[in-house]
Amino acid sequence: MPLNKLSFEYPSSNTLRVKLSGDWKISEGLPAESEAISQLDGHKDITQLTFDLSEIGKWDSGLASFLFHLIRECRKRNVIVNHQGLPAGVEKLISPALKVHEKAAPRSEGQSSFLENVADKVLHLLSSTLILVNFLGEIAIAFWRLVKGKAYFRRDELISILRRCGADAFALVSLISLLVGMILAFIGAIQLRLFGAQIFIANIVGIAMVRVMGAVMTGVLMSGRTGASFAAELGLMQTNDEIDALQTLGISPVEFLVMPRVLALVIMMPLLTIYADFMGILGGLFVSTTMLGLNPVEYWQHTQSAVKLSNLWVGLIHSFVFGIIIAVAGCLRGIKCARSAAAVGEATTSAVVSGITGIVIATAIITFICQVLGV
Amino acid sequence: MDKTSQPVIRVRDLDLSYDDYPVMGGLDFSVNKGDIFVVMGASGCGKSTLLKVLIGLKEPDKGEILYDGVDFWGQDETARQKMMRRFGVLYQSGALWSSLTIGENVALPLQLYSKLSGTQIKEMVELKLALVGLSGYADFYPAQISGGMRKRAGLARAIALDPDIIFFDEPSSGLDPLSGRLLDDLILQLRDTLGATIVVVTHELASIFAVGNNAVLLDAESKSMIAAGSPKDLLANSRDPRVIQFLTRGQKQGVN
Repeated sequence: MPLNKLSFEYPSSNTLRVKLSGDWKISEGLPAESEAISQLDGHKDITQLTFDLSEIGKWDSGLASFLFHLIRECRKRNVIVNHQGLPAGVEKLISPALKVHEKAAPRSEGQSSFLENVADKVLHLLSSTLILVNFLGEIAIAFWRLVKGKAYFRRDELISILRRCGADAFALVSLISLLVGMILAFIGAIQLRLFGAQIFIANIVGIAMVRVMGAVMTGVLMSGRTGASFAAELGLMQTNDEIDALQTLGISPVEFLVMPRVLALVIMMPLLTIYADFMGILGGLFVSTTMLGLNPVEYWQHTQSAVKLSNLWVGLIHSFVFGIIIAVAGCLRGIKCARSAAAVGEATTSAVVSGITGIVIATAIITFICQVLGV
Repeated sequence: MDKTSQPVIRVRDLDLSYDDYPVMGGLDFSVNKGDIFVVMGASGCGKSTLLKVLIGLKEPDKGEILYDGVDFWGQDETARQKMMRRFGVLYQSGALWSSLTIGENVALPLQLYSKLSGTQIKEMVELKLALVGLSGYADFYPAQISGGMRKRAGLARAIALDPDIIFFDEPSSGLDPLSGRLLDDLILQLRDTLGATIVVVTHELASIFAVGNNAVLLDAESKSMIAAGSPKDLLANSRDPRVIQFLTRGQKQGVN
């Protein structure tokens, strides 16, 4: 099978003849168009381009694609293209693309400038912030209507979401919290053993779990589990016109769909966090007693004396804020999802990323405030 | 058709856009009581955008929509929501709420806007499901029934409150010819039994000729409405090649 070949001739000073021979098939690979374009750019006096395909072998849309790009480049350089000698089939393949190219509205050529890019990003950020503020406002209105007893949502649905957020997450929260408690105990033991102060592992594990780690780990888990599921559910509802159907019935999607989800997570997050704290302390106790030889009663007493009620409150505030962040991120991404399967996937990913980022930022802010207040 | 009566829907000089991109301009037509009015046109011509504007999901760029002489988009949101209760909408996919059973889907509008008791709502749901041929399916979830049945269930929900105007978005798309025909028969039956005015957005020629007594044809190229009238009259009398091509699936070129 002859290989495809590209060569150039100059029958006159202002004419470039492009000669194509051999098989021009996608499966065989194609010569780079830049070779032909460099001929045009290298000879500025060329005003006409002709083709010689007398020795062409088998061809497919690979040849059409090559010719389309070459003709387009010629037009950009005001070089007249003589289509004589092109097989009729190729003409049919490239003419629709050339017509579209002719009709296309003139777009700005070249890349955007740095300033344009910055302006685009700033505008995008502003519009995203506006959407978020608007969404938070709608949620606030929905909760106000709930307080006044006017909110319309299905109680059964709320109970089902509570179950999915709480009871169904129990096993995962148990496992992760237990392991986090064990890891904290191990890390603490390495350092505290140097000073013969292993018993203070109880203080480290207790305070760390109750004050922040229990809430953070539960938040990360719930973001990946529940936040993603909220985004996927609402995104799919958007794709299936279910949210439009609610709106045409005069039902607020925020009241009917978002508010129960936010409410469920705000209720469940603190409960799960208390449970995670307990499991983490249990993990620390297990490592300390079985591997480090500490007395379990002594461990428990140290934990009780170290963990103050203020630590528990700080942990609960974390969990409450995380609940709002995860639910809002999941629901916002879902309800603003475009109407395609790919968009549902993007919304889900985005919900998890936004949720976890929000959790980290909120932790930093709450920690800073606690430092300032001396809590 | 009573020419002196006020149209149920009057669309006046309406401009529409999709994602800030203008899709249609200068729409002007009327829908009379009891009409089965078809908005027809090729894919991407702006039919669904027009439907969204008609049912209150999207604000037009310009122009007016009058329902019984009242400017729909000129109202505040509360008044507009109240007007929307006169509408029933069957979406292309059925748009049944997936976490509710078929019966619960149909019952929800009744729970919201009727003064019926729980038992009466249950009876009403049975009646509406029977009307669309879905008796006995009240306890099924949308995922447990076929696409055609989902559409009929969506229709039962759309007619739950006996609306004055029923909108259909591509009712026969995705259905086999027989199910499509059954849905067309159902549209005719609903017009006769409920006395509703019906607006159907579709490009399916079989449906257009089977149900439509009045229509507009939207053209994506010119971004305008290029014909108005009964589909059969348009086919017989129109001299616009675009209209003839559309109504004959391109088999006739029309007269210039």
